[in-house]
Amino acid sequence: MAIIELNNVYKIFGPQPDQVLELVRDGMGKEEVLDRTGHTVGLNNVSIAMEEGKTSVVMGLSGSGKSTLIRHVNRLIDPTAGDILVDGTNVMGLDEAQLMAFRRHKMSMVFQRFGLFPHKTVVQNVAFGLEVQGVSLPERTAKAIENIEIVGLKGFEEQYPTQLSGGMQQRVGLARALTTNPDILLMDEAFSALDPLIRSGMQGQLIDLQKTLHKTILFITHDLDEALRLGDQIAILNHGELVQNGTAEEIILNPADDYVADFVKDINKGKVIRAQTIMEQASGYVGDVAVESLPKVDVDQVVNDLLPIMLESHSPLAVTDTSGDIVGVVTNKGVTATLRQ
Amino acid sequence: MCRLRVYRMRNNEPEKNATLRRSLYSVLGLVLMVLLFWASYANSKFAPKSKDFWEYIATTSIDKWLNNWPKWLDMPLQPWANSGLDWLVINYGIYFDMVNDFILSLVVSIKDILTYVPWPLVILGVCLLTWFASGKKRGTTLLVTLCMFFIGFLSPKFWDKALETTSIMLIAIFICLLVGIPTAIWMSRSVRVRNAILPVLDLMQTIPSFCYLIPGIMLFGLGAVPAIIATVIYAMPPLIRLTDLGIRLVDEEIIEAADSFGASSKQKLWAIQIPLAMPNIMQGINQCTMMALAMVVIASMIGTRGLGDEVLLGLQQLNVGRALEAGIAIVLLAIVLDRITQAYGDRIQERTHQVTKTD
Repeated sequence: MAIIELNNVYKIFGPQPDQVLELVRDGMGKEEVLDRTGHTVGLNNVSIAMEEGKTSVVMGLSGSGKSTLIRHVNRLIDPTAGDILVDGTNVMGLDEAQLMAFRRHKMSMVFQRFGLFPHKTVVQNVAFGLEVQGVSLPERTAKAIENIEIVGLKGFEEQYPTQLSGGMQQRVGLARALTTNPDILLMDEAFSALDPLIRSGMQGQLIDLQKTLHKTILFITHDLDEALRLGDQIAILNHGELVQNGTAEEIILNPADDYVADFVKDINKGKVIRAQTIMEQASGYVGDVAVESLPKVDVDQVVNDLLPIMLESHSPLAVTDTSGDIVGVVTNKGVTATLRQ
Repeated sequence: MCRLRVYRMRNNEPEKNATLRRSLYSVLGLVLMVLLFWASYANSKFAPKSKDFWEYIATTSIDKWLNNWPKWLDMPLQPWANSGLDWLVINYGIYFDMVNDFILSLVVSIKDILTYVPWPLVILGVCLLTWFASGKKRGTTLLVTLCMFFIGFLSPKFWDKALETTSIMLIAIFICLLVGIPTAIWMSRSVRVRNAILPVLDLMQTIPSFCYLIPGIMLFGLGAVPAIIATVIYAMPPLIRLTDLGIRLVDEEIIEAADSFGASSKQKLWAIQIPLAMPNIMQGINQCTMMALAMVVIASMIGTRGLGDEVLLGLQQLNVGRALEAGIAIVLLAIVLDRITQAYGDRIQERTHQVTKTD
């Protein structure tokens, strides 16, 4: 079920967005609009739905409107036109008090440059969401300490954010977002400011957390590797327009246009493409070997997992589905074709 | 292109409104100008002999018009201001007296307390205040204590006068905070308010202080109160400017973070904006203090007692040494007040200063 839905959302930055909106609707491009009216098109007719309990990644280069998009979900930015539905609520219909209540309970956000409060200690930072809700000090402190432990920062409760390293600061940001126990986590380039090693560690931590928490995560990034690793669903934005929306495999195998193709060009496809995608029909025998006697692999295993097994056995592999039945075989030809693409 | 024109025709409603508003403003401006012309003509001390305006225009040669500013073209601000002040003094003098009595009693009681306390205790108190305000910095505390000691050491009569000056300043700074901080908060939240208040601040900072010292005497009488009012006018602008700046300079992402958790604007102000603007606010208070002290000498000319009084007496008697001694005492007092407020500001800054470490 879709929990976040954006329907035909437009965002135009400038003094007279409503007038420029008509031009954009008539098909004028982003650069032409900027040239002729001085307005910037942030989002251009974006419709997207995000599944409950899944991680949806929105990807694009800087200026593609991805940070604008995420701010529409909690209305840090109001759209020029279009509907935004979160869990069936029309976010645009909320008045100020309702919007405040909505932000307090429904979702929380993690920021690229962390957005921590430098004058508050780690525990005060993490408890901020509850402080805003009016939860009493002992209660919110207990809750905050619990979440600080979850992100692995036990012992740093009384430090100030500036005393921590970048990776630790972002874990404070993550703990702060988790403390209000929201349904939805909005992560705006949450790991982009971190070093590659730390970033990879944080991604791993997020994946582990998600296994137990099952939140709906909207993750913004400009890094395709990050998108492929985290995303159940990946949407790609360019110049404020949604160019492609699908699973990692769909995007890698069928890029919608040159922009996406450019993005996926240098990706290690073996990490993404699954046995199911490259398998051939099984028909009793492959060459003169019975399919039954081949080494077995799972449909969801990726090519990089298949390679060592294949090299060791010098034979094709039989692919089994979740119930253990053989549904196809992967041959040398299929694997080489994938890696050569 | 065709489509573009159609859209212009369909959507010209707001554009029409804007044009209408602009022309309305022009007409209003024109009417105001004509009214001013009429008022200046009617009130001018140098009105032409002929009372008929059109006859005057017809009989005056064109080069007389162009080479000399017409004497009647003189906005009658002077009589208006004079009669306005008279009207205030006559009708509301009693209220000004009440304000005067109230502020004066505050000044006197603070002064009495400070001078009643034995001088070693006052020095000890200042020493302790600096110690804790600066976060236990030895150097600053020592400097401030020595300065405090040297005020009295320079001349014993300076001790009570310095305390009197301090009590006047404390009241002035308190009023500055009471009025300035809320104004600054208001300014930081609305561009329109800021645009309205900035010229007022410019006026307060540039208008010569005697222009409001003298009317102050007429409203409040000689003494400490008009000096306090003048000090407030003179010292408040930097406090307002720096507080406004401090609040507006709080990192956009931090404000977004507070918003994303559903903080109300009140929660945002007290939990985030004010604490993060604190280094700037302290800088504003520091500037406010320094400017208030600068005003003390000038205020002595309207009968305010204190250190400024000594400078004035020294100059009147051409006793340069006496003026110099008092001048040095003022500098010492300035150092004391500056170090205390500065050190406190630095300490806050250390905590809130954002360093993003990357590892």
